[in-house]
Amino acid sequence: MAASTVLRLSGITKRFGPLVANDAISFELERGEVIALLGENGAGKTTLMNILFGHYVADEGTVEAFGKPLPPGDPRAALDAGIGMVHQHFTLADNMTVLENIALGTQSLWRARLDRSAARQRIAQLSTDFGLAVDPAATVSTLSVGERQRVEILKALYRDARVLILDEPTAVLTPAETDALFRTLKLLVAKGLSIIFISHKLNEVMAVSDRVLVLRSGRLAGERETKSTDRKQLAALMVGQEVKPAEVSQVQVGAPLLMLDRVSTARHNGAGLDEVSLTLSAGEITGLAGVSGNGQAALAALIAGTRRPTGGRISVAGHAVGDWSPRAALGHGIARIPEDRHAVATIGDMSVTENVIAERYGSTRFSRMGFLDWKAARAFAEEIIADYDVKCPSPEARIRLLSGGNMQKLILGRALDPEPAVILASQPTRGLDVGAVAYVHRMLLAARERGAAVLLISEDLEEILALSDRIVVMSKGRLSPPSARGERTIRELGELMAGHGGEGQAA
Amino acid sequence: MDALEILFTASFWVAAIRIASPLIFATMGELICERAGVLNLGIEGIMTAGAFAGWFTVYAGGDLWTGVLVAALAGAMFGLLHATLTVPLGLSQHVVGIGVTLLATSLTYFTYRLALPEVTSPPKIEPFQPLPIPGLSKNPVVGEALFTQTPLTYLAFLTVAVVAWVLYRTPVGLAVRAAGENPSAVEAQGISVTGIRIGAVMVGSALMAIGGAFLTMSAFNSFFFEMINGRGWICIALVVFGSWRPGKALVGAILFAAFDAYQVRLQQMSGGIVPYQVFLMMPYALSILALILVARRATYPKALMIPYQKGER
Repeated sequence: MAASTVLRLSGITKRFGPLVANDAISFELERGEVIALLGENGAGKTTLMNILFGHYVADEGTVEAFGKPLPPGDPRAALDAGIGMVHQHFTLADNMTVLENIALGTQSLWRARLDRSAARQRIAQLSTDFGLAVDPAATVSTLSVGERQRVEILKALYRDARVLILDEPTAVLTPAETDALFRTLKLLVAKGLSIIFISHKLNEVMAVSDRVLVLRSGRLAGERETKSTDRKQLAALMVGQEVKPAEVSQVQVGAPLLMLDRVSTARHNGAGLDEVSLTLSAGEITGLAGVSGNGQAALAALIAGTRRPTGGRISVAGHAVGDWSPRAALGHGIARIPEDRHAVATIGDMSVTENVIAERYGSTRFSRMGFLDWKAARAFAEEIIADYDVKCPSPEARIRLLSGGNMQKLILGRALDPEPAVILASQPTRGLDVGAVAYVHRMLLAARERGAAVLLISEDLEEILALSDRIVVMSKGRLSPPSARGERTIRELGELMAGHGGEGQAA
Repeated sequence: MDALEILFTASFWVAAIRIASPLIFATMGELICERAGVLNLGIEGIMTAGAFAGWFTVYAGGDLWTGVLVAALAGAMFGLLHATLTVPLGLSQHVVGIGVTLLATSLTYFTYRLALPEVTSPPKIEPFQPLPIPGLSKNPVVGEALFTQTPLTYLAFLTVAVVAWVLYRTPVGLAVRAAGENPSAVEAQGISVTGIRIGAVMVGSALMAIGGAFLTMSAFNSFFFEMINGRGWICIALVVFGSWRPGKALVGAILFAAFDAYQVRLQQMSGGIVPYQVFLMMPYALSILALILVARRATYPKALMIPYQKGER
């Protein structure tokens, strides 16, 4: 082991039943180096880090930190060895202060008194040293997402971390916040820390790393020096084949199908809508960008019918609608692909058949005089399974057992089957692998060609740019004026997302 | 005497503080459990068990403080049962809590019958006596109300201070609060969420049991069935009323006790014109009103009632 090697994983293998999540993975991390761990969802990145962190015990293989073996299954050991982790979902207690969150677990539990002033001094010192400004007395719930991430990094530094692992750190950040994070990482490396950067975004991997390790189906598919590789090569390594981007054809824009006229709503998972006007027209995909929590959830709930407007008007195909409800929305031909597949779109413990008729079980197609027609329902489920190439044991299987991609295909089939006029697609590809993403994109484009109006709500700017004919940006419950395909750059969109260039606030 | 004048008499406030004492113990106990993320509906039964355990220890020849200790231990044991089922096994806190209440209550009555098969009227013990604090107890109204109580009442007030100190000023209190807000944050620091929660439920349950023991060893001098009479449930409401803060919960307990003491005196004054049940109802009706007014905006512990399984997010 070279003197500058800080971390060495040798032959890590982890099985969950028949599934091999990690297959004999070995690599080394040097002092002052940034490794990117690249791979699709389910490639085994998170499992590997959980093993490193003692949350799981590996079936085979060893971890060495600074030349000493790390005992398996002990989270404390990794911390004590100077390894810090910033999880994708922050492990912060929202109702407690920054100081309390950072100090948690750093002083012996049985001390009679928590030494706040020492903690405050040390946080102030680290803040200046690493340019991570944050108020120790602030309650975490009042901080923006970017600030929360700074708290997480401070937490690791406070514990003398020499190795920092960041799991999908940019998923929740605005472009400006992402730039700030990258600057911080450069500073950390300059001070001798080593970083493992987990991501599935190629551009970020190229921007931040010295070396890229590509994981595919639990194995190390390749290792490249960042300077001597490119995005195309990495994408091919990650997926195992060439990926063709979806082709966008010319489509004549038709009549407006759904119009919102100065609509406001109450708060819903973040900001509510504030006098939002939006027109969705036939044959057009409207992309809605924005940092999560700025009103996208409220807009999606409004269009889906689960929220009523507190002001303004909704009209469908030129007619103002009166009573607004999920049933009314479905009745007007609005199809929904909800943001949360598990909590909203499906009922996990019910069968595939029951789930695919969930929106339409009362229609004459699936019921006779109040009795369900199971034959028709099952036939419908089999039809979707065949048409959309869903991998599932049978229509009777509980939908919970399906993978995210297959679940999404079923939801897509259910939504698109009645040839809806309007399609509301909220984060339709979140958490899917590249193959499934391409499939979802093709289906949305096909619906557009057929003359449907599509609203695509996504936090993935590249997805928005690739598919949308028109882009609007949501910030603090308000919409920006629309821009045509190619009219605004990523940077301009980013500034709109942050509320005109300021610090992004995801309250 | 005028209905308002009652509020300015020392004897009224002496009674109010006495009535508040068991509520203060049990409310602090429930507050600790909930701050760690566990709703403990076993409180009613644990108070019953504590009332009996403390009283019986003294009846069998033990000294009063030994009785308090035995009550606390009995409470901690039921707390351990509750915590074992709800924390590592992650069972429904509602179902387990009600189960613990039924079990603790029945087991207490059963033990009482086994130990004292012959008695017709409940046997008496020599309870804690008032211990006036020299110098302070002579102050009009306030001094008399606060400083002519029994040692257990002083302990109740001390408990509030200790709970507040531990929760807000010590590392272990920080861990307890974090376990109730975001257990993953605790686990990520290598601290066992399971350990913290079990410990909190045991300590909390011990305090509940001391609250029960106050009734048999300080307020009264014997144990009889149904004597807890819903006080445990009131404490659950007091925790909400106090927004999970020890100081505010103390104020809530004293307010409720004052209403209770007041209604007894109003009953005596009204001379039977108004049915006495109306007065009995008053503190409960007022506490519902207070909850509506105060607790709607309270921020409750975010992980309250959510079982934590290691490795899940």
